[in-house]
Amino acid sequence: MEKEIGSLNKKVEEFLHIFKKGEEFTQELLRENEKLRYRVAQLEEMTKTSGREGNLIRDSLEERIASLEEENKSLLERYRQVEEENKDFASRYIEVEAENNNLANLYVASYQLHSTLDFNESLKIILEIVMNLIGAEEFSIMMLDERTNELSIVAQEGMGPEIHDPIKIGEGIIGEVVRAGEAYYREGDPTDLKGVDYAHPLVSIPLKIKEHVIGAIVIYKLLIQKTQFSNVDFELFSMLAGHAATALFSSKLYSQSERKLSTIQSFLDLLKEKQ
Amino acid sequence: MPENNFLVVEDSPTMRQLITFALKRIPGSRVVEANDGIDALKKLSTQKFDVILTDINMPIMDGLKLVSMVRNDPVLKAIPIVIITTEGAEEDRKRGLALGANAYIAKPIQTADLLNVVNQILQNKA
Repeated sequence: MEKEIGSLNKKVEEFLHIFKKGEEFTQELLRENEKLRYRVAQLEEMTKTSGREGNLIRDSLEERIASLEEENKSLLERYRQVEEENKDFASRYIEVEAENNNLANLYVASYQLHSTLDFNESLKIILEIVMNLIGAEEFSIMMLDERTNELSIVAQEGMGPEIHDPIKIGEGIIGEVVRAGEAYYREGDPTDLKGVDYAHPLVSIPLKIKEHVIGAIVIYKLLIQKTQFSNVDFELFSMLAGHAATALFSSKLYSQSERKLSTIQSFLDLLKEKQ
Repeated sequence: MPENNFLVVEDSPTMRQLITFALKRIPGSRVVEANDGIDALKKLSTQKFDVILTDINMPIMDGLKLVSMVRNDPVLKAIPIVIITTEGAEEDRKRGLALGANAYIAKPIQTADLLNVVNQILQNKA
């Protein structure tokens, strides 16, 4: 009996021990569960926070992209504007270059025209300008004789040795140009020539000092390589109309005054000798 | 800046002045003018030139004779020559180039064309 009681006590103790262990294990499980719940809560909080931060970063990046796109658009617009301006400048540069070259031609022509007081040299310079700067092959310079009202050739290029009759003022194209004081340009292609007709020039420019016409430059044929008149040619015609007239008129006056001076000087010398 | 020495051979003072005007736009350019072929040969014997620009129709010695003499001279033969003339026919151009000219420009000249030709020659020389 005592043996049985001892065995029962032993079993009770074993049971209590196992129960205690179970209690401890349960306690531990509860603690672990608590820890895990805390960790879950922590993680949930972190997720919430990082989600908010992510949204903030995304929003800021989207803003930045939008601003960069805007900047890009504006830069492209500016680039297009600059490109347009560049094109405009390039075409302006070409225009200015052409203008510059035209002015150089006009400057040289007028400089040369007024570089002498010798009538024949003035004629030579006009011939040079018409041939080299305009590109004429057959042309003449005609002067008006105010006593007879007739125009005669005083210098020519490429027209051969034959004598050309004087032209009365108002007669034909050339006479009319001198009478009216207005330049004549034949219509159509200047290279379309069926032989040179001296009564029908390509161009006839009156040589005028203000409204007073003293002669004309008459062009009949252009050089083979000259196919059309350019803007500078018309500028040169206009310049020649005035400056060539002044150069011829002043050099003629100078020659006449030189001759008169020489005659007077001779008279004076003669008088001195007689005294 | 390299110095570019040009010899302009022209009997017309108007053309001489116009060509000189154009050439002066090339940086470092120095232009010497001659009235005809003989005058040009005199200047070529005493000065060094990078390019000769010559007319054809000139008194005393014409441009074609000058081209031929320069090309047959052992000292001068390498100097590039540009002919500038009123003779614009194709056969004239061929004749000028056959004699040894490097380029042929028909008058009336366009400054831009003249400068293009001369700049090309200077680039090829460099």
